[in-house]
Amino acid sequence: MSLRRPAKNQPETFEFNSSSIKEANKIVLKYPEGKQQSAVMALLYIAQKQNDNWIPLAAMKYIAKFLDMPYIKVYEVATFYTMYNLSPVGKYFVQVCTTTPCMIRGANKLVEACKEKISDKENELSNDKSCSWMEVECLGACVNAPMMQINDDYYEDLDKEKTIEIFDKISKGEDPKPGSYRGRLNTEPENNRKTLMDVKNA
Amino acid sequence: MLKDQDRIFKNLYNDMGADVKSAQKRGDWVNTSELIAKGRDWIINEVKDSQLRGRGGAGFPTGLKWSFAPKEVGSRPHYLVINADESEPGTCKDRDILRFEPHKLIEGCLIASYAVQAHACYIYIRGEYFIEGQKLQSAIDEAYEKNLIGKNAAGTGWDLDIFIHYGAGAYICGEETALLESIEGKKGQPRLKPPFPALIGLYGCPTIINNVETIAVVPTILRRGGKWFSSLGREKNTGTKIFCISGNVNNPCNVEEEMNIPLKELIEVHAGGVIGGWENLQAVIPGGSSMPLIPKEKCETLTMDFDSLMAEKSGLGTAGIVVINKDQDIIKCMARIARFYKHESCGQCTPCREGSGWMWRMLERMAKGEATKDEVDMLGDVTNQIAGHTICAFGEGSSWPVQGLLRHFKKEIEERNNLDPIVQKKNNIPYLVDQHLLDKKNA
Repeated sequence: MSLRRPAKNQPETFEFNSSSIKEANKIVLKYPEGKQQSAVMALLYIAQKQNDNWIPLAAMKYIAKFLDMPYIKVYEVATFYTMYNLSPVGKYFVQVCTTTPCMIRGANKLVEACKEKISDKENELSNDKSCSWMEVECLGACVNAPMMQINDDYYEDLDKEKTIEIFDKISKGEDPKPGSYRGRLNTEPENNRKTLMDVKNA
Repeated sequence: MLKDQDRIFKNLYNDMGADVKSAQKRGDWVNTSELIAKGRDWIINEVKDSQLRGRGGAGFPTGLKWSFAPKEVGSRPHYLVINADESEPGTCKDRDILRFEPHKLIEGCLIASYAVQAHACYIYIRGEYFIEGQKLQSAIDEAYEKNLIGKNAAGTGWDLDIFIHYGAGAYICGEETALLESIEGKKGQPRLKPPFPALIGLYGCPTIINNVETIAVVPTILRRGGKWFSSLGREKNTGTKIFCISGNVNNPCNVEEEMNIPLKELIEVHAGGVIGGWENLQAVIPGGSSMPLIPKEKCETLTMDFDSLMAEKSGLGTAGIVVINKDQDIIKCMARIARFYKHESCGQCTPCREGSGWMWRMLERMAKGEATKDEVDMLGDVTNQIAGHTICAFGEGSSWPVQGLLRHFKKEIEERNNLDPIVQKKNNIPYLVDQHLLDKKNA
């Protein structure tokens, strides 16, 4: 199990803004009548997006009221799933996959790059307060290992230099291009493709 | 090698575009209403004839699973749930289907929903696949626009709504009952079975749960016939499968191949060989991290299907092949996998919650050579105490890789860890809870 604790400094109140409310109402409609509790995961995610990528306790209380369910049930969900950040993270939230398939292709080099460029420790903000990083478990892009996720995007086929390049772009305020950093097409075998050649050349 | 015309996922690498028009050019949605007009029994029989087995890891026959759904809809509606919570280390096949072949999945959802009499279908996507989820959502929107799903979907007279539900980073939600709990808005902790979801599942209603790949191959099976599908591979292990080859190979890739293909062919032909040559191979994890590894000697002749891997005391699982060469420390690799399971245990059953961490700590010590002789056997003992003593298969999933390591690499562990048992010799071993006893004179 992973141990997760809410942040010490919590805002007093939290409310959805109008676009969040609209989105939340749309999500509740996905589920049968009376089963609005199903929407709790999506609503926590909306709250996280609205609140600079982390969920304060006030938001859990707000969502509990919104869905007419006990606060403790929302708290349970928010502390169970690891993608809900219970304390502030950087605007650019870097997650480096270090599970075995990435590890044996050199994920530790990516971690080194994070330590050099962002901060010494995981979950600590960088000097300019824009970035934080952490090691995570398998992100499901093993064929493109080693890789990392920054906010929603996957950056694949990396090495230390390319990772540092990406961080440099971020610090300049540019958006680096997601996808493979060795220029291959998605998950095809690089320079060694033996299948579906007619559609490739079509 | 499988012929290109027998490949089901022609857009696996996105050469052609994932939108509905390109999908129709590839043959999706062409005669869906004709297929459905042939009736429920025909569909289920055809899937049974194809001998399609679930692609999510357990390999349960799909046609049989569908036939478990009640024949008549009672007071409770039926649901179809698609498991796209792909989190098994080494596996990334569903991601490509969601991104590049979403219409195969959506069409499969319609056919499967009709077969099990469901009007609502939930697709559970892991939270990290946000971009993939958005791509699937835009494909669903396209399908609604073209009236391929919704009221009277694709002119079949069947109504179907498809919704996406995002997970939030819990591996355990790939277990079917944990997934249902998660859709219901609770912690993803697996339920006791029975009752099985086919009778009491989502919101207490009959629910059929299938993997993405399983559902996505169904339309092609129906079009080309169950006989065609079962002619590929071998008896009970039929059809094609997407293999993900990662780790120490020259060209890691996803590739669709026939079942029962030799492992060596997959690695040498498609993935460009092991880094440092075949002789440099140490071991292969054949089906995602929960399957026991297989040492090099056996890789020479191994064929990749459910039953032949079972005979080697491993399993096909999700067909995520992780190749480990001799440059890697095998104990460290397994220690990292043990850490994954320690992190992902849901905490419901004590053997798994406590045992997964215990295994990890022992393996970390063994990788550094800090363990004692008797701990090697103790590790085996711990794995046996976990496997079979938990609510879901996570217990087996976390202990099998360790058992595989002990089965094939026990000598390496013992060579590295030849310390005497701690009560005999006073070693300063970090992490040791009982260290204070050793510090006392008369301990």
